[in-house]
Amino acid sequence: MILPALFFYLFAGVCVASAAMVISSRNPVHSVLFLILAFVNAAGLFILLGAEFIAMILIVVYVGAVAVLFLFVIMMLDVDFAELREGFLEYLPFGLVIAAIFLLELLLVVGGWTLNPTVTKSITAAIPGDVSNTEALGLVLYTKYIHYFQLAGMVLLVAMIGAIVLTLRHRASVKRQDINVQNARTPEMAMGVRQVASGQGLQDADSAEWVK
Amino acid sequence: MSGILQNYLPLVVFIGIAGVIGAVLLIAPFIVAYKQPDPEKLSAYECGFNAFDDARMKFDVRFYLVAILFIIFDLEVAFLFPWAVTFGKLGVTGFWSMIVFLGVLTVGFAYEWKKGALEWD
Repeated sequence: MILPALFFYLFAGVCVASAAMVISSRNPVHSVLFLILAFVNAAGLFILLGAEFIAMILIVVYVGAVAVLFLFVIMMLDVDFAELREGFLEYLPFGLVIAAIFLLELLLVVGGWTLNPTVTKSITAAIPGDVSNTEALGLVLYTKYIHYFQLAGMVLLVAMIGAIVLTLRHRASVKRQDINVQNARTPEMAMGVRQVASGQGLQDADSAEWVK
Repeated sequence: MSGILQNYLPLVVFIGIAGVIGAVLLIAPFIVAYKQPDPEKLSAYECGFNAFDDARMKFDVRFYLVAILFIIFDLEVAFLFPWAVTFGKLGVTGFWSMIVFLGVLTVGFAYEWKKGALEWD
């Protein structure tokens, strides 16, 4: 029985420590790497809770994709360390408001649980004991909660179109390869011998007389 | 220890071995390798001339677009896992709800293909 407790304190300790490093690290790239460490340890905590599916999704989506996106965002900013610290006081009130909202939400969750320990009984789809985590999710997600599932698809579609609309800029000056045009090209289209009038040179490519 | 955690014991062993190998590879050069640093050896090598400016450049926004499109399809795949596990028990509704979901995302895929978001230039 001591082993799960040991792992809980390992994961929880590293998670809190790396979360503190995320906000106190001077280099933003180091912050993202600590964020990845926090994600991995949170996944460990989820496994200890028995929520395997969420743990694996945390690894696949957050560590695999979201953290990479964060790294891109940070690389896209000009990482000027002096300038980054300049706006600290300016952003402080805004950050404090968000922190207060998060604290309030946490207190509501914990408070609800302390006032009424049976509050988890009122969830609409009870966790079946005999099937695995992923299976329990699959049994309700695609049939009972079909509307939310389809809404999730719509949200992903909107995100996809939004990302393209916001960031896609085609450069007109770039020459693109068109394989069909290349394959349809014949020697006659590509080259020819011109009869150039003496002393005048080739002013206009089409005006010169072709040598048959 | 409960059954679900018992299954993760091999994973813990693997992570432990991976950590040990990684640590050994990091620490061994400090002990074994021959070291005689001098400023020219330690400076960044840029084909013989001094470095022009900082290596930290702005990334092109197009990397970001590729990453976002990757995340969206990553999430789509995440929805497929529980569906695949419960495939036999879902029945017709479950099957077609996933097909509609995939169809919606295929519309998005066709859109991004048509717009040329998958091409680099």
